[in-house]
Amino acid sequence: MNSSVIIFPGSNCDRDMDVALKKFGFNNQMIWHNDVDLPKSDLVVLPGGFSYGDYLRCGSIAAKSKIIESVINFINSGGLVLGICNGFQILIETGSLPGALLRNKYLEFICKNVFVKINNQKNSYFKSIKKDILELHIAHNEGNYFCTQDEIKQIEDNNQIALCYSNEQGEIDEKYNPNGSLKNIAGIFNKKKNVLGMMPHPERMIDKYLSGDDGSIFFETLLNNIN
Amino acid sequence: MKISVIITLKKDVLDPQGQVIQKTLNGMGFSSVDAVRQGKFFDININETDKRKAYVKTEEICKKLLANLVIENYKIIDNFNNS
Repeated sequence: MNSSVIIFPGSNCDRDMDVALKKFGFNNQMIWHNDVDLPKSDLVVLPGGFSYGDYLRCGSIAAKSKIIESVINFINSGGLVLGICNGFQILIETGSLPGALLRNKYLEFICKNVFVKINNQKNSYFKSIKKDILELHIAHNEGNYFCTQDEIKQIEDNNQIALCYSNEQGEIDEKYNPNGSLKNIAGIFNKKKNVLGMMPHPERMIDKYLSGDDGSIFFETLLNNIN
Repeated sequence: MKISVIITLKKDVLDPQGQVIQKTLNGMGFSSVDAVRQGKFFDININETDKRKAYVKTEEICKKLLANLVIENYKIIDNFNNS
């Protein structure tokens, strides 16, 4: 399985993602944002970081990069595109995912482990996943998911909510909402479910001795589903 | 010619920075301040002589980059008379 990780100036989770993808059997390539063509890929990943120093709005400058046109064509042809953290912000700024990511409600940079409940398993990312509550790491300043009342209704009607912040038992409540996100949203799909944007970092949880192992479940499931 | 743009958050979008500024002002004794919304301001120098064209181009710039229309409004400030 071939994957491509796009590097923007200021990306800093690109190499972690490369290590994670290779560990679980992907043949991964790193792609510079100024390239025009994507190599043949089964999965494209926009990694976390602070592309362009978060100038203007997080992800807004990276969303105008040369490679983005190819990424959008890839999305339109049904290809799987995963955006983690800043990658999620970039996908939002390209219009590939609905809504916006605002400054965290309490104005803090949040860096901690959280639990997320998988809301929809009928897709290439979570089909047949062996746990539906994952412990993952978040590290962000702008992860407060927002959209209008009309949009959230459409998102819910189309089953586009992917992940919600919860407790260890999977209970979704405002108490477990770290950043003020609407309906505790931690990740969303596009309508076709081939694009997933999420604030948590599965690539940071792939070693049980270092941090935790729930990211491994995420990558194993993704690889199995692509196969 | 010079054109200015103001970007503000839409009415229903939470602005925690604005809220903190408002509370700080209250704490400083400006008790009559009951709301603050923070925004962005851009001074743009655009190489156009036709005012209409410059306006249209600025509007395109706002829509494509400066504002995220999901959460923000833009306002192009008409200072054509003094430029």
